[in-house]
Amino acid sequence: MKKIEAIIRPSKLDELKEALGRFNVHGMTVTEVVGCGLQKGKKEIYRGTEYTIDLLNKVKIEIVVKDGWVEDLIKLISETAKTGEIGDGKIFVQAVENAVRIRTGESGEAVL
Amino acid sequence: MTRKRTKVLILSLLVIMGLMAIFTTAAWAGDPTGANSVGINSVTAAKAGAPTLEEVATDLGKTKIGLNFVWVILCGCLIFFFQAGFALVETGFTQAKNAMHTMAMNLMVFLVGTIGFFVAGFAFMFGGVGSVASLGGTAPLNGLLTIGGWNLLGLKGFFLTSGGSYDAGVFALFFFQMVFMDTTVTIPTGSMAERVKFSAVVIASFFIAIVAYPFFGNWVWGGGWLAQLGGKLGLGHGVVDFAGSGVVHAMGGALALAGAIALGPRIGKFKKDGTPVAIPGHDIPIAILGTIILFFGWFVFNAGSTLNGSDLRLAVVATNTMVAGAFGGFTSMIYMWARYGKPDPSMMCNGALAGLVAITAPCAFVTGLSSAIIGVVAGILVCAAVYVIEHKLKIDDPVGAVAVHFVNGSWGLIAVGLFADGTYGEGLNGVAGGVTGLFYGGGLTQLYAQLIAVGVILLWGAGVGYVFYKVLDLTVGLRVSAQDEINGLDIPEMGVKAYPDFVLTASHTLAAAKAGAVAITPAVQMEPKGV
Repeated sequence: MKKIEAIIRPSKLDELKEALGRFNVHGMTVTEVVGCGLQKGKKEIYRGTEYTIDLLNKVKIEIVVKDGWVEDLIKLISETAKTGEIGDGKIFVQAVENAVRIRTGESGEAVL
Repeated sequence: MTRKRTKVLILSLLVIMGLMAIFTTAAWAGDPTGANSVGINSVTAAKAGAPTLEEVATDLGKTKIGLNFVWVILCGCLIFFFQAGFALVETGFTQAKNAMHTMAMNLMVFLVGTIGFFVAGFAFMFGGVGSVASLGGTAPLNGLLTIGGWNLLGLKGFFLTSGGSYDAGVFALFFFQMVFMDTTVTIPTGSMAERVKFSAVVIASFFIAIVAYPFFGNWVWGGGWLAQLGGKLGLGHGVVDFAGSGVVHAMGGALALAGAIALGPRIGKFKKDGTPVAIPGHDIPIAILGTIILFFGWFVFNAGSTLNGSDLRLAVVATNTMVAGAFGGFTSMIYMWARYGKPDPSMMCNGALAGLVAITAPCAFVTGLSSAIIGVVAGILVCAAVYVIEHKLKIDDPVGAVAVHFVNGSWGLIAVGLFADGTYGEGLNGVAGGVTGLFYGGGLTQLYAQLIAVGVILLWGAGVGYVFYKVLDLTVGLRVSAQDEINGLDIPEMGVKAYPDFVLTASHTLAAAKAGAVAITPAVQMEPKGV
């Protein structure tokens, strides 16, 4: 099992969710996050005093899938969330040791 | 099912329309134009339809004074809505972690202010105002403390009781003036927000309602020594302040200045080298709503100050107010846009308010064109003042109360001495002729009187105010602990948060969550921002 963690533009969430649904991925955790990366901050003026907005709003989507799905999903997420401008986000993949469905107690890939 | 329901609906509509057709063809029993409801029969008379001259005169007097009462009480009700405006502007311009504290202060000042004004403030201010003819005489208000021919303080009307002040006219005057007083009490809460102790504001509000505001108010509006400058020293009509650029706004702004200096800046407002740090307000949309409410209230704040519904000048007053406010807000918008690249919404608010504050004294005495000029100057003044107060004087005023109310209130007072065109104010403060400023051939005398008022506001409002706040600081304490200030005042001071469940949530994600499609984990609380 692998966990795919994608940090994307908030405006891309609906589109990506739909695309994942078509791919038969229905379980996910979505978090609103703020962060910085290549996009850096921007300077604004409030009442004549300059300030920096350096943490920008992003959405983090976490999905856990079978190993074999990872490559296709990365491709899907990249294509869907891409605008080509700085600030499109990143995808991280990590190994997952186990998964447990709380309601039934079953574990492993069966719960995905 | 749906089709059946539609049929029933159509059928019922047809029945109703049929009934209406029957009724409209029937003869009218009422008086749809009202033409038959007025006329000689409506005059109260012993013999209906044949009133005596005395009965006609009595009815006319009643109508006239009745109109004034309706005007004054209704305007008072509408001006009360100012409280909502101030609450929203101040809360919007400050941080989410202090929203309950800021909002609660704005309610509390009205409660405390009313009590203070009721107990003694009103008596000190208007206890010797004499006859307010448009309100039927207000005969009981005839007690003044006078030294050497100069009137210093009113002495009738404590608890709306003393000196026989249980009088309809006196009550009407109290009702109207009370909402003015409360504006002055609420202005300093803005400059002191996010670090002042709630308990200190309670005490300070009593001080403003009983001493700071009414004393100065008496000197200008209650027949006091500043109003006497005209008759006694030939300085124009004495200090002229139609609806309170000075009495209400500059005084509130001066107290706000004193309070902000006595308190010191918020933690983190200035870097070690003195550079100011921007602490953006948490809800500028709500501040804009507050500004619009204040703008609305200002029409009656000024026009109601005629205290007379049949003084047609009230149309000039209301319109001048509108013009100056618009020019003020527009000028600030353009100023910020040209200087910093964007039309800063928070300064659009301050600019509109600055124009409104500035026109409050001169609104009855100037032309429409002068109102526009007064508004333009106010719009520039407020931007410059915000900069100077923050960058040069290093005073932390989160909402711009000093720049809006003190600076532009003073400008409004001065503007009377410059732009008053002599067409209004005949006999004001016992001086013959209309109020005339420098640009309309009135010479410098009126301007001198206005400048004296600005000086007195500085001494009395900022000077005495500062001493008061310092004493308060040394006794009950003025400022919250650093820890409470950093964490937010809502819980330590008020025991309840303004937004207990408040998280950053983008609408599209929320919609998805509602549809059950995604789980949302709140990750980012609003509060720590800007600390």
